[in-house]
Amino acid sequence: MNSDLFLTSLHLSFPELILAVGALILLMVGVFSGERSGKLVSVLAMIVFAIAFFWLLFIPAQGLGWGGVYKADGFARFMKLLALFGSFVALFMSIGHAKENQLDKFEFPVLVVLSTLGIMVMISANDLISLYLGLELQSLSIYVIAAINRDSLKSTEAGLKYFVLGALSSGMLLYGMSLVYGFTGHTNFADIAQALSADGGRSLGLIFGLVFILAGLAFKISAVPFHMWTPDVYEGAPTAVTAFLASAPKVAAMSMLVRVVITAFLPLLIDWQQIIVFIAIASMLLGSFAAIGQHNIKRLMAYSSIGNMGYVLVGLSAGTPAGVSGVMLYMLIYVIMTLGSFAVIMSMRRQDGTVVEEIDDLAGMSTTSPFMAMVLTATMFSLAGIPPLAGFFAKYFVFMAAVDAKLYALAVIGFLTSVIGCYYYLRIVKVMWFDKPVGQFAEPSGSLKLVFGLSGLFMIVYIFVGGPIGGAVDLAAATLF
Amino acid sequence: MTDWPILSTVIFLPMVGVLLLLFMRDDTAHGRQNVMIISLVTTVLTFLVSLFVWAGFDGNNPDFQLVEQYYWLGRGITYHVGVDGISMLFVVLAAFLMPFGVLTSWNAITMRVKEYMIAFLVLETLIVGVFASLDLVLFYVFFEASLIPMFLIIGVWGGPRRIYASLKFFLYTLLGSIFMLVGILVMYSEAGTTSIPELLKHSFSPEMQTWLWLAFFVSFAVKVPMWPFHTWLPDAHVEAPTAGSVDLAALLLKFGGYGFLRFSLPMFPLASERFAPLILVLSVIAIIYASLVALMQSDIKKMIAYSSVAHMGYVTMGIYAVNQQGIHGAIFQMLSHGVISGALFLCVGIVYERTHTREISQYGGLVNNMPRYATAFMIFTMANVGLPGTSAFVGEFLATIGIFQVSIWTGVFATTGVVLSAAYMLWLYRRMIFGPADKPKMMALTDITMREHFIVWPLIAVTIFFGIYPSPVFDVSTASVDQLINNFQAAVHAAASANPAAK
Repeated sequence: MNSDLFLTSLHLSFPELILAVGALILLMVGVFSGERSGKLVSVLAMIVFAIAFFWLLFIPAQGLGWGGVYKADGFARFMKLLALFGSFVALFMSIGHAKENQLDKFEFPVLVVLSTLGIMVMISANDLISLYLGLELQSLSIYVIAAINRDSLKSTEAGLKYFVLGALSSGMLLYGMSLVYGFTGHTNFADIAQALSADGGRSLGLIFGLVFILAGLAFKISAVPFHMWTPDVYEGAPTAVTAFLASAPKVAAMSMLVRVVITAFLPLLIDWQQIIVFIAIASMLLGSFAAIGQHNIKRLMAYSSIGNMGYVLVGLSAGTPAGVSGVMLYMLIYVIMTLGSFAVIMSMRRQDGTVVEEIDDLAGMSTTSPFMAMVLTATMFSLAGIPPLAGFFAKYFVFMAAVDAKLYALAVIGFLTSVIGCYYYLRIVKVMWFDKPVGQFAEPSGSLKLVFGLSGLFMIVYIFVGGPIGGAVDLAAATLF
Repeated sequence: MTDWPILSTVIFLPMVGVLLLLFMRDDTAHGRQNVMIISLVTTVLTFLVSLFVWAGFDGNNPDFQLVEQYYWLGRGITYHVGVDGISMLFVVLAAFLMPFGVLTSWNAITMRVKEYMIAFLVLETLIVGVFASLDLVLFYVFFEASLIPMFLIIGVWGGPRRIYASLKFFLYTLLGSIFMLVGILVMYSEAGTTSIPELLKHSFSPEMQTWLWLAFFVSFAVKVPMWPFHTWLPDAHVEAPTAGSVDLAALLLKFGGYGFLRFSLPMFPLASERFAPLILVLSVIAIIYASLVALMQSDIKKMIAYSSVAHMGYVTMGIYAVNQQGIHGAIFQMLSHGVISGALFLCVGIVYERTHTREISQYGGLVNNMPRYATAFMIFTMANVGLPGTSAFVGEFLATIGIFQVSIWTGVFATTGVVLSAAYMLWLYRRMIFGPADKPKMMALTDITMREHFIVWPLIAVTIFFGIYPSPVFDVSTASVDQLINNFQAAVHAAASANPAAK
């Protein structure tokens, strides 16, 4: 590799370098300033995220780097911005509430930065090897974060569960990769696609490899039938961690899935399409039915996220630019909805400081905390996909892509499950508005208020700004094809 | 004045009221009164502006007028509003009825007045938006979003079984409209546009028409509601507060009939032709069955709700007669039913506010101490029966004439509905207003107040005026209805002449 190429590669992956160097510096800062530096390191980590975010935003670079294993394009840029935004907000929310869950250790923000670095590598991966590297860096950091409250039985259980199942899925992924490599002779996505479009490129062993890869990735986005870890981890992990888990890593796993099937396996469209359609239907069904019986709002959000991933996959199953842009738009809206609802969940504490997590604890919130209730109502209607809120447009565009690709049955099933899912979102609205108050909530902290306020605002004003956002997403999605 | 976006003004003027209300406090009696005054002024202003829509409308032009189109979501989805002879009057009707909703809530709503009025004004924006949209996605957004304020109105301010009723209302109608959404997506992928004027020119293949027609049918049939999709309506009506019932019966139900006229008939003419017998049968069942059920109700609101189902049966029947009389009758019946059913619910609201019961058996002898109320209620009772001289007569008569040209048997069965409606309404009137004056609680009631006079008299005036002189309505709607029928017949003939040629 000559020095020109090296410099180009450095330039392309500069945001990753910011995070990598930032994480090391933060670690040093943490070590040297001791136990009490949690807050300082958190703020510094947020600054690191902000620098990387604005670098990506204002100095976009496109091209292949590091010998073709790394790709910077419009799609990657959009997803990375979204992931950085998610990590930033999750960290921002955790600061005020770090004490009670032992999140005030300086290792927490450092791990979040490292995990986000893995996320960025995943999003830009153009090769099975770099994909796996990014994935493992992201996952290993998250295993630790999920169990960071080591005195809590639930938190350690969540961490352990996530680790065991995550390791299993990584194993499956690796096995699939080795099969794909064995049958095509390539690890680079573009080369794989080329080998597949040649005559006789499609073989049984290769399909096996594809299935294993998809299974591994489905685990990461918590799609049925690889969803079992989600409710337990969501419930067990400290809420700030759950908010992080539900945003940036989901973005990464989804963009990885999109990139793998679109850039590497597009010639096998009919093969992976049926798998994705099945996973999508199963996720939507489970997400809508299983959530009905939940009492804990974090578990409910877990099932809701399973269902939402099903809707995202509806867009992907079309395998068209419109589908990919539907996926991206959905992820954008989903991340904002999720962060907003977790900000509300983190604010669910009584005036004496006890933390409550049951849905029934929200009773009468519209009279006791009207602003919070209004935001949560908007978020719930948005998650349910009722216009004019943002969630409707997210669903609209993924289903539009599916209908365009003549997947009518998928669209009808998807819409029916969204009606069923509507029931449990409405139940939360019902508890907040129709039931008698059971207790006052403490005034939420300013940072949480800011997060859920902005998220609620986004739900409502999306209808006015949807045009430009949709245009930007379309442009970014087109770079993948 | 000509360049002023007058339709958008009517749509979004209530939102200005909402913005004002957001800064109000309603924890004192004085504050509550201010909230009411702002809402009343907003709704009255909206109505006055909507009259400019009527004034600026050219009745000889069958196409969409006062059109506004702006960039909105990209991919062909635009903010596109406009009215033709079919939709224009519904815009005016919606704006006309809203002030009465505010007036009737003046004392009836005591808790969370601010939120109530916000929900109410948002609902007005959405209802007007439905009738004015010329883009499918925009239409769907308004159509579906109207569930949110109505859900909250029933659920927060409703009666004892409000939670059941609100959830049933929401999920039932959502399930119906989901199929329309699939239909919209399919139409977009077929025709490449969501603009209603362009889709009206697009002809879908016969098979596609069948599927799309069915998808839209489920959605509109739930909204109308047609038998057997009507079960959500009595629950929602009974539990909703008075103003909610008024909006529901007078305006939300019209979405269904309007949808048939705007989408099903002109866009899928072949499927409409094919399924017309189905609609006629369902309409006749609705008329007879709902009337019989209404006879047996012990709850006033439930009885009026079932009477709504029966009267909307005339609407769907008239539409699917697809001739001039039928469609004119359907449009007129929808407008007139909007005023009359709204007025009936307002009348029930007047006594409910005093007695807090809706049981018919609790009432009796009201004529003795509430003579003015008895007069007003009698006029609306007669109007609901379809007495000549009231607006309901014009609509029902035209719809029946229309159906007799198509199918005599349908007409014969449908006419029995007039007799049945006389039976239940007169019986209701006798039990409530006449009868022995032996119930002390009823004898203590006071007659209608000044505020209530403002509620009933304008509605009486409109009912009788349009019963005697319906021309203003036909002047604006004739051109559009003629065009609709001509296009429909042309499409059906074209298909009929193409088929033998193919064989």
